[in-house]
Amino acid sequence: MSSSEALRPVGTADWASDQAQRRVRRRYAADRRLQAYGIIAIALAVGMLGVLLASLVSTGLPAFLQTKVELPIYVDPSQVDAEDPSSGKYRVLVREALNKAIPGIPEDEERSVGKILTSDAAYILRDYVVSHPDSIGKTITLPIAVSDPFDQLHKGVIPKEMNALTWSQVSYFERLQNRGVVVEDSGRTSLKLDVYVNPAEIEAGPPPSGDFAALARNSLQAYLPDVFDSALFGLLADDAPEAIAQRVAADPGIIGKTVPVLFPVSPPVAELAKGKTPKVLNSRFTPEQIKVFDAMEDKGLLRTPFNWELFFNADSRFPERAGLAGAISGSFYALMVCFLLSFPIGIAAAVYLEEFAPKNRFTDLIEVNINNLAAVPSVVFGLLGLAVFLGYFGLPRSAPLVGGMVLSLMTLPTIIIATRAALKAVPPSIREAALGVGASKHQVMMHHVLPLALPGILTGTIIGMAQALGETAPLLLIGMNAFIPSVENMGLLEPATSLPTQIFSWADSPERGFVSRTSAAILVLLGFLVIMNLIAITLRQMFQRKW
Amino acid sequence: MVERDYAMEAKVEERPAIRVEAPAVPKKKEGDLPVEQNELKMKASDVNLWYGEKQALFDVNLEMFDQSVTALIGPSGCGKSTFLRCLDRMNDVIDGVRITGDIRLDGEDIYAPRVDPVQLRARVGMVFQKPNPFPKSIFENVAYGPRIHGLCKSKAEFEEIVERSLTRAGLWEEVKDRLQEPGTGLSGGQQQRLCIARAISVNPEVLLMDEPCSALDPIATAKIETLMDDLRKNLCIVIVTHSMQQAARVSQRTAFFHLGKLVEVDDTTTIFTNPTDQRTQDYVTGRFG
Repeated sequence: MSSSEALRPVGTADWASDQAQRRVRRRYAADRRLQAYGIIAIALAVGMLGVLLASLVSTGLPAFLQTKVELPIYVDPSQVDAEDPSSGKYRVLVREALNKAIPGIPEDEERSVGKILTSDAAYILRDYVVSHPDSIGKTITLPIAVSDPFDQLHKGVIPKEMNALTWSQVSYFERLQNRGVVVEDSGRTSLKLDVYVNPAEIEAGPPPSGDFAALARNSLQAYLPDVFDSALFGLLADDAPEAIAQRVAADPGIIGKTVPVLFPVSPPVAELAKGKTPKVLNSRFTPEQIKVFDAMEDKGLLRTPFNWELFFNADSRFPERAGLAGAISGSFYALMVCFLLSFPIGIAAAVYLEEFAPKNRFTDLIEVNINNLAAVPSVVFGLLGLAVFLGYFGLPRSAPLVGGMVLSLMTLPTIIIATRAALKAVPPSIREAALGVGASKHQVMMHHVLPLALPGILTGTIIGMAQALGETAPLLLIGMNAFIPSVENMGLLEPATSLPTQIFSWADSPERGFVSRTSAAILVLLGFLVIMNLIAITLRQMFQRKW
Repeated sequence: MVERDYAMEAKVEERPAIRVEAPAVPKKKEGDLPVEQNELKMKASDVNLWYGEKQALFDVNLEMFDQSVTALIGPSGCGKSTFLRCLDRMNDVIDGVRITGDIRLDGEDIYAPRVDPVQLRARVGMVFQKPNPFPKSIFENVAYGPRIHGLCKSKAEFEEIVERSLTRAGLWEEVKDRLQEPGTGLSGGQQQRLCIARAISVNPEVLLMDEPCSALDPIATAKIETLMDDLRKNLCIVIVTHSMQQAARVSQRTAFFHLGKLVEVDDTTTIFTNPTDQRTQDYVTGRFG
């Protein structure tokens, strides 16, 4: 090929042709599509996060307030011995105070009305008197938390009254109405149903006998043959079967025949027939309790202050008294152990692997294994901790020491990987510069490389710590979900719980108040995570140096 | 941020314009002794070097004299930087490097087992291609070497050594009022002079320079070249350069490397005007490389 041939253009492009234009359009469309995918993905992610946060906040927010009664209590010296205030009859004092505040509580209702206050009311009073001995003989006003159902009632989470009929009962009634069997009979709403008075079951008497109730049910069932729901029979009044008995007594001749019978409906259904929504009192409350509670509200005794006890109380069986102090301090101890173990070990391991280790099969194996460790499910580390730390070394169960050790197994790979990445990111020119002026390997490391890698190391460490803070499974396995009713005996070797395991056990509790407290605890945990991440960012910016 | 002092940089004393045409013919300066009359500082004999299986240097024999600049030239990948790094054992830190032969500093084998590479690097300073000041203050950059080698005790001694080194590197006037500012805030040329000040702060006997001007503009380059001329009065300088003009301007002796072999070494004037080897002739006249 001659040189002139080689220079001859092979493909000539006609940039104005339709084909070329179409190509351009397709290219632009592809660019836009790619962008759109990204935007959709981000929108989805942000949306889900938003939903999560919104649901957490909406369910968790009530837990940050707590309904309390400001009850004036006369600390009667005859009930409390000033010499030994810890063993007074505080239950009596609280009951008396309640009686005084809301006069006219019938004696047989005192017990149930007392349940408006938390079951810990007497202990709250005792703790107050013990720490303020001069209050004996005086009247003190003590805010006492109300028990969970009333707390929820006051916050409007649960209603005072509930629908008397289920929606399916309402729909059955509407179907009966459509068939025209609902009639008014001498002031009572009744169902006019055809009844086959079965001679095999009904005796004429007198008095007539037999299973009238079953007969009534069967005849109602015959109108709605597709319904197999015992709630259907709730539509009939309790005295409905007697309608058959009366008809048989009046005319025994109907036995063996099919006759229309008027069955009165139950009172809520009668109300429904009048177009009202029938209500009954929430079964958690008695009428007397509601009366007293309303009276408290009218007298202005109820307050909903910020629930500091959520942060300063330890766990309790009663949601209104349960707090996170035990969990927070347990998490703190465990994280401290975790940090003290994994930070130095992680950095030392990473520095050796990155700077000193010879490159051979063995170090490759270690490297691969460390990277794999980061992907091991945390529950496996929990099992390891259970078998080794508890089983073999016999360390105490539920202790933050063991929790921290297990968590450090988890954070170690994270820290090692982050530290190695940070060390790798230090420009080689800095090492060369230091070596060039005669710094030893150790001096290069300590004076130059580590300080430059520090922001990355700290970020990795704090992210590892944040992971550890949220880790539940390994802590459950070593039993770090103990019930901690007091923060007095916290220590490295004492039984403890942690924030995520506390959330786990609260989520497991049936009381309504724990539902919102679970969400609130999650918010607190998220708050700590946000704080840790902020610290990571701040540290990174503080130590970041340009080169 | 530190503003770059362009005015300061522009104030360069008159220098011959940088010529781009080859060959560059250096002028013998007045008062220069013939290099061979200077003391022999470093001597490399039969140096072979392997990176793993690949041999990078083949039987290199080179003498470097005190109070003179030896330039190593040659095309990319010819082994001149590798050879330079042998002289202060910087290759030691690279995995899989094997060196045979014998390199002597003042007659002492620097690869002998009892020689500590860290002490050696204090005697043989190095300046790198890219300015690489520590991300610390200017003062700290210069004081670092004396500090780790325990050359100074008091603060006053540190201040003196920093001032002396910066003055010798021709940077003192420009930075004396901002010694506490980060060294990385200086301009490229200033940074490179800071690196030189850092290298000479521990009073090395030999200064190795690995393409010290390749990342700099002509004005900064000119400053560094002037500086090298001053420094060689009490130093042995070995410089790797891609610029033949630079080699011609600053060096007294020039060694031409090709494919890992030392092809020719002689007075700079001779290499550029009357080389013995055809390859040298081709390279310095720009026929290849």
